[in-house]
Amino acid sequence: MGAQLKFHNVTLGYDRHPAVHHLTGEVAAGALVAVIGPNGAGKSTLFRGLAGILKPLSGSIDLGGLDIRDIAYLPQSVDIDRSFPISVFDFVGTGLWRSIGFFGGMGKPERDKITRALAAVGLNGFESRSIGTLSGGQTQRMLFARVLLQDARLIVLDEPFNAIDTKTSADLLALVKRWHDEGRTVLAALHDMELVRDHFPETLLLARGPVAWGATAEVLTAENLMVALRMCEAFDDSAAACSDDMPSRAA
Amino acid sequence: MLYDALIAPFTEFEFMRRALAAVIALSLGAAPIGVFLMLRRMSLVGDAMAHAILPGAAVGFLLSGLNLIAMTVGGLIAGFTVAILAGLVARVTELKEDASLAAFYLFSLALGVTIVSIRGTNIDLLHVLFGNVLALDDQTLLAIAINATVTMVVLALIYRPLVMECVDPLFLRSVSRAGAPAHLAFLALVVINLVNGFHALGTLLAVGLMVLPAGIARFWARDISAMMVIAVLAAIVSGYAGLVLSFFTGVPPGPAIILVTALVYLASLLFGPVSGLLRQMFPARHLEA
Repeated sequence: MGAQLKFHNVTLGYDRHPAVHHLTGEVAAGALVAVIGPNGAGKSTLFRGLAGILKPLSGSIDLGGLDIRDIAYLPQSVDIDRSFPISVFDFVGTGLWRSIGFFGGMGKPERDKITRALAAVGLNGFESRSIGTLSGGQTQRMLFARVLLQDARLIVLDEPFNAIDTKTSADLLALVKRWHDEGRTVLAALHDMELVRDHFPETLLLARGPVAWGATAEVLTAENLMVALRMCEAFDDSAAACSDDMPSRAA
Repeated sequence: MLYDALIAPFTEFEFMRRALAAVIALSLGAAPIGVFLMLRRMSLVGDAMAHAILPGAAVGFLLSGLNLIAMTVGGLIAGFTVAILAGLVARVTELKEDASLAAFYLFSLALGVTIVSIRGTNIDLLHVLFGNVLALDDQTLLAIAINATVTMVVLALIYRPLVMECVDPLFLRSVSRAGAPAHLAFLALVVINLVNGFHALGTLLAVGLMVLPAGIARFWARDISAMMVIAVLAAIVSGYAGLVLSFFTGVPPGPAIILVTALVYLASLLFGPVSGLLRQMFPARHLEA
């Protein structure tokens, strides 16, 4: 299969300071990629760039013709107003945005889709609960149900299993695998190396720049992880403008 | 007897019928807007916007006397300018919406007062400040009805992105670019409804029929659609009761309406089933699961 994503010497960051520095490489269509790295390595920043929320400081990301509506992005810290009076059913229903848009009616097929998505994440019976009454794990299940309904070609999950118990992570991981089997491209930022080893064929080890990128077994070596850990999180106010126009290749 | 008190004023006097029609139209537009203001934690923004409109209306008044069209246009221009500038600044810079709005409405208010004082005429701005729902001419009544209709149509058009932007703004940004236009359209609706309200209730109280019914609805419903229905009903009922109160006591109608709405609010605060005070003091036994 061809490439779904191409990073052309991308630098993403804030106030001119790079958080992802000179990343070049490709993600094949239908790939299941774990993005790992220490805190501050640029995982979330990379995902925000993919979701189109952050513009690259330089370089470009080629989405392979995907529209932003073909991308499902689940951020790490979801900025949900949990006090808003909306039911779980309606909230998850916003995932159908692409097909029903502003005014499209919600007929029986749409309602069935929502019910099935809620069943798929194990939230049957929660339809009419307001979103503020859900626990952390249930909220994450609800967000996965919305991703499910978005029916996106590219799915970007930022630390989806943080503060989630084993049972819930296992259920949600099954969904991730289902998306992979359906041929969708999935990127997930993760910290659990064991989980990455067991379930993700491809891994990008990020430490501002890419340290290693390829088959998981080859990336997850002690040596590579040491290099990533040494990455300094420096945010140097007096840093000079970067003159390194040569892409640092890792893949 | 009851007929004399509750219905006769409206069958006997045309100005009472007009006032009732105006209050109903105002309620249909302002109350749902108020619900969104409340859910977006922008209730005080309505108040600030009312101040921003005042100078525009005053300038319109200065230029063409007590011409409602001129005052409306002046108010709309001032309100839109402040709302849109504040919204843009909040989106483009680090400044949050409340701070940027405060800056612009103070600017607008000061500018308006300056213009008025330079002209130095002895203006009767009582009408702008306190309105008079009992003296509405055909033109004004029609304007109020049109504004209310526009409000409901536009609100229906931007309903989904507006709800999504309240609940999960980042999600909306990641799937659509409709967030910013919907937000600006919403601010425009706030302005339209405040201008609408000032003919009847005056700029200072116009925000009352917006914010108070929304607060009332919060104590009776957990669902946004139900909240909007309850808010509209509360506004209409309070408006009607306020007019009756004003008719028999001679209290000016604007304050009378808002006073009644405030009383309904206090009653809801006490007796409302959703986090009302009495319900909190005497909670029902907890459930098994």
